[in-house]
Amino acid sequence: MTSNRLRKLKEWFIEKAILLSGVFSVVFVLLIFLFLLREGLSLFRGEGVGDFLFGKSWYPISDPPRFGILPLILGSLLVTLGAAAISVPIGIAAALYIAEIAPGRLKEGLKAGIELLAAIPSVVIGFIGMITLGPWIKSIFHIPTGLTALTGSITLAFMAMPTIVSIAEDAITAVPRQYREAAIAMGATKWQTTWRIVARAARPGMVAAVMLGIGRVIGETMAVMMVTGNAAMIPSSFLQPVRTLTATIAAEMGESVQGGAHYAALFAIGIVLFIITFLINGVADIFLHRSRR
Amino acid sequence: MARKKSLLSALAITLILIIGLAACSRQSQQASSIQIKGSDTMVNLGQAWAEAFMQAHPKVSVAVTGGGSGTGIAALLSNTCDIAELSRELKPEEIVMAREKGFEPKQITVALDGLAVVVHPANPVSQLTLDQLAAIFSGAVTNWKEIGGADLPIVVLSREVNSGTHVYFKEHVLRRNQKESQVEFAANALMLSSSQAIADEVAQNSGAIGYFGMGYISAKEKALAIAKDAAAPFIQPTIDNVLSQAYPISRPLLMVSRGQPRDLVADFLNFVLSPEGQKIVIKIDFVPVKKI
Repeated sequence: MTSNRLRKLKEWFIEKAILLSGVFSVVFVLLIFLFLLREGLSLFRGEGVGDFLFGKSWYPISDPPRFGILPLILGSLLVTLGAAAISVPIGIAAALYIAEIAPGRLKEGLKAGIELLAAIPSVVIGFIGMITLGPWIKSIFHIPTGLTALTGSITLAFMAMPTIVSIAEDAITAVPRQYREAAIAMGATKWQTTWRIVARAARPGMVAAVMLGIGRVIGETMAVMMVTGNAAMIPSSFLQPVRTLTATIAAEMGESVQGGAHYAALFAIGIVLFIITFLINGVADIFLHRSRR
Repeated sequence: MARKKSLLSALAITLILIIGLAACSRQSQQASSIQIKGSDTMVNLGQAWAEAFMQAHPKVSVAVTGGGSGTGIAALLSNTCDIAELSRELKPEEIVMAREKGFEPKQITVALDGLAVVVHPANPVSQLTLDQLAAIFSGAVTNWKEIGGADLPIVVLSREVNSGTHVYFKEHVLRRNQKESQVEFAANALMLSSSQAIADEVAQNSGAIGYFGMGYISAKEKALAIAKDAAAPFIQPTIDNVLSQAYPISRPLLMVSRGQPRDLVADFLNFVLSPEGQKIVIKIDFVPVKKI
């Protein structure tokens, strides 16, 4: 009798503890957002929202300072789009190969290799990008410097790939076996089954994989700061240097006077980034839910 | 049950030990350590002073970290370091903030530094006037042929805005000390996060031009001779030329303490300014405050 009650009590505690940790993570996100808002919104007492979002020059430490983040937003978007264009086709193809085609041992080897790629610290990837990829791109395209948006895109594609491959691979593996059997029974070839049946059934999961990969890319800081040259100008091609939102915060936070306009502007950039990643994760979430149904 | 108890007591003992150790180490740290933070330009110099000082005072530990002049002053304001290294003078708002935190920042010039303007060794250009430098770094001149070089686009390299070197270069070269001037670095100037990154890029890019403290000059870059104006002579960035103030782009390197330096911090600053400390300045390729 007592042991039964004790067990119930224990269960109650564990249940509440788990609930609490779940609630905590949501509370933390909310608190972070509130903190960002509190620090960032003070910028707009002296600065119009339009001037901030669409201003073309970023000279934060001049007098008077100019806080136009359009070049930074475009820089982030350009690098992210480039990285997506490289990593999505390769990542999806790799996931299909691993899930559908690769024989047992090769499959395990490939999976381990891709997980290892995820474990490489971003500074190391940035370092390789700066020392080897940059000079290479400079000599291939005959451009004045190798620190460009393209260099950033290629570097970041490597960082998005593990996320895309492992989530897409999960989605593909989760497609019920009966679909494949039915397709083959109907006389479909292996390729037709993979491409028209399995890939289509796993599509929501693959979209989620892509979105999460992109989320990783847009938030990445260190590698991008090392390879993109960080020039705050409006880019007109992939072969020009760009400055991203994240690199700007990382490079300038140490200098900004706490509580000053520059400090607030950096937090306002944080708000913009937060909203962008929130949207991306939201889209990914919608697709993930659709895939579960 | 018994096992559980012993596990619990083992845990408790470890916890007590950890807390005890932490308390001890904090106490000893407070008594005999100096935290120095700030200018990347000065990291090597600060480190050399710290090592020599620690050799003379084995019980003292001196930790030196970089991050930029602004990082150093921010750390001094939040009381996470004892001395901030600055490669520029304090800004008025920083002095105001220090007073709000209840101390008067004390700035001490500990060394001088010439800013070298460097290009790739194969670049035929080897001397420029300050006006030409301002035109290049502000983006008015974009090709080497406009200033007597090859037909090659100029790649302008600058330090990030958290760098005292960046601020100094903008105020003294781009704006020529005129407060009302609005000249900025060219929008397409590459912002690199360290002096070493600039050195690396200049060494492998024949169109690049960058600047850093003269301690960073190596055989892989060529330092330009600089003239104040078209009529003045071109001067090489050497220790003698900085000391005689003939070289036009040189600046003081500062250490800032919280109020009048006391105890260990005062000992350390005295050591830095002593002949022995100033000899280290020469060894690290900076310029001593006075001729020794």
